[in-house]
Amino acid sequence: MTGKVSIVASGERELVITRMFEAPPHLVFEAHTVPALMKRWFTGPDGWVLATCEIDLRPGGTYRHEWKHEDGRTMGMGGTYKAVDAPVRLVATELFDEDWTGGGTVNTQLFEAVGNQTRLTTTVLCASAEARDNMLNSNMEAGIAASYARLDAVLAGAPIGEEV
Amino acid sequence: MSIYITDWLLKGMVMESNQLDAVFTALADPTRRAILARLAEGEASVAELAAPFAMSQPAVSKHLKMLERAGLVSTAVDAQRRPRRIEGTPLAEAAGWLERYREIWERNYQRLDALLEEMKGLEHQARKGRKQ
Repeated sequence: MTGKVSIVASGERELVITRMFEAPPHLVFEAHTVPALMKRWFTGPDGWVLATCEIDLRPGGTYRHEWKHEDGRTMGMGGTYKAVDAPVRLVATELFDEDWTGGGTVNTQLFEAVGNQTRLTTTVLCASAEARDNMLNSNMEAGIAASYARLDAVLAGAPIGEEV
Repeated sequence: MSIYITDWLLKGMVMESNQLDAVFTALADPTRRAILARLAEGEASVAELAAPFAMSQPAVSKHLKMLERAGLVSTAVDAQRRPRRIEGTPLAEAAGWLERYREIWERNYQRLDALLEEMKGLEHQARKGRKQ
């Protein structure tokens, strides 16, 4: 029905995440900006809930998300909206309470109509190239691309270092 | 916003496995990736690994230590050359990690798919209601 999520590196500091949805942009946009709707799907791995979702949807407005695990663990992040252009574009900063992204990111979400569907393109701009690479480990692929065939054998558990 | 899954998994998985952390740190450097690519072709001594780089052997040894700590490279038992070889398992774990976070992301979006179906239904009903 809908395509799978695609995650690719772009430039030195960006990740581009793309996915199609079987709904028009205004609904996808709404699902990304209304707390009660966010809580329905933005929950993450099993066992977690999006316990707090506060959104002040205007340029300069802030947002705050807090997740809770059934075992008591919590996790939070938030940021500031830089641009709010309903229902086609959202730009916001993002920083986790424990900074896993090496200085936070600036995320741009484009909600693009494709027939009756929506293509959601999220561009994540990291603070540095290193932060980006650490997040996606994208260069693991790029760096070893030259010997991919050999690497496939490695991943499959074939003996390494022997004459082929 | 959506990138939180990446962070989340980095956090969860790294706490779960210090070695995975070491793997990603080791892979974050272009020289170390090049060394790994070279070793993927077959085992090589430190001198052989240093040759293509404008680097001293001690500098290459330092990179090799990081790769060894991550479990990506091991030293073969050969007293003379002490050739290094690539180890497959940590890379397979790293690849598995990447796939796992893609899956969790996809699951989030599948929940969103279901919600959007519901929203479309409600919108359709509202439109019908207005017409009547």
